[in-house]
Amino acid sequence: MWHDAVLVAGKDLRIEARSRVGLWQVVPFALLVLVLLAFAIGPDQAALRHAAPGIFWVALLFSTVLAIQRSVAVESGEGTRDGLRLSGIDPAGIFLGKAAAVGLQLLALELVLWAGVTFLFDVQVHVVWLAVTACVLATIGLACAGVLYGALSAGLRVRDTLLPLLVLPVLAPVLLAGSKAWEAALNGSTSSGTQWLKILVPFAVIYLVVGIVLYGPLQEAA
Amino acid sequence: MSERAVLPGRPRWLDAFGALGVIAMGFTVWLGLWVTPPDKFQGNLARLLYIHPAIATVALYWVGIVAAGGSLLYLWPRTRSFFWDRLAASAVEVGAMFAALTLVTGSLWGRPVWGVWWTWDARLTSTALLLLLEIGYLALRRVPAEPAVRARRCAVAALLIAIDIPIVHFSVDWWNTLHQGGTFLDPGFKIHASASMSWTFLLGFIAFSLIFVWLLGMRYQVEVLQDAVGDQELEVSLTERWSEDTELVGVGVADRDPTPGGATP
Repeated sequence: MWHDAVLVAGKDLRIEARSRVGLWQVVPFALLVLVLLAFAIGPDQAALRHAAPGIFWVALLFSTVLAIQRSVAVESGEGTRDGLRLSGIDPAGIFLGKAAAVGLQLLALELVLWAGVTFLFDVQVHVVWLAVTACVLATIGLACAGVLYGALSAGLRVRDTLLPLLVLPVLAPVLLAGSKAWEAALNGSTSSGTQWLKILVPFAVIYLVVGIVLYGPLQEAA
Repeated sequence: MSERAVLPGRPRWLDAFGALGVIAMGFTVWLGLWVTPPDKFQGNLARLLYIHPAIATVALYWVGIVAAGGSLLYLWPRTRSFFWDRLAASAVEVGAMFAALTLVTGSLWGRPVWGVWWTWDARLTSTALLLLLEIGYLALRRVPAEPAVRARRCAVAALLIAIDIPIVHFSVDWWNTLHQGGTFLDPGFKIHASASMSWTFLLGFIAFSLIFVWLLGMRYQVEVLQDAVGDQELEVSLTERWSEDTELVGVGVADRDPTPGGATP
């Protein structure tokens, strides 16, 4: 399973590295969301600083949807999914591989977004380990849940419109807990931040386990 | 095929549930609006509480149990049957209505008591997210696909939603809490209400539960009929195609075998 996961993740990341869709479309989109939300809030520096954690996570969530759509699109070519299914690779391995690929891209995106909010909203993360832990835990959850829902909508003609409707409410707890943990990290209040990590941990673990179990049946359905 | 095949009818007991539900609802309305006294603190506003917790109970628990249970039993190979798939889908659709009603009745009560139609409180937010998740499920359900494929996909979606709900609930619970806990029954189960109020409250639960079973059964019946009609239409169009083909073959034979001397120009 782990070997298969590494193979699948390597394949997806190689495709991304060659096509540069992530670099030239997803990253600019995430930064665009940052700027647009700042426009909506207005030039009040205090309000922007207050809203910065939320803006970071909303931008990340929207970009996650794009990353998932991309991850599904890679498999949507002529018979690609059937090829993958017939290749004898463990479905759990495919799931882990695709989730790892999406997760690594999201982590890179989070670095860019982090720099973006620091630069645009003039905020300083005081408890760095809290912010990083929140990001890593959230990324596992986002990638696992995202890949699962991507598989659910794979092969549908209405995939592009259906996926956000399905996945965004599911990811709402990550948005909430992530923003709150970041708010605490910005304010330097560690204890209230760790409370919110307790939401991110089960989210990540549950979707990881459920994905390993359910990806096989889902693949057959798609 | 021109003759209509017999479509499956609905069972008698379902009508009984409907009748009982309507009677219980009638009694709830009568007791709730005319018999019970106004509440000491909330006056007539408390009358909404005869239905709101009952609707919410249906929306959260009954629907959750049927939808998640049905989906799980469909995915389990030994119990796989379209019965469970249809049951789960019907539960989610009825559940979306009950979730919407929960929000509407809560909102009507919240306006005079809390002073706002909507507040970002834990229970409100998680119920609203539940409604959105159910709408997503129903959108997925509408996507045309092979029945077995659709059933499997929807079963997985329902289970994923079922997993998400406790997480949503806990997260928003920590986020902001304004909604009261159980005020009717304290932990020692001492009822703080007059007898007529408690009975009306209880009757409301029974009425809405009966109505839920009835609606669930009716919706299930619609699923069955839809599938039956789909099958019939397929059969009809197949038969039409077959008869077209045989006609064409007939024409072809006539062309290829002309009578001697009567050649076409």
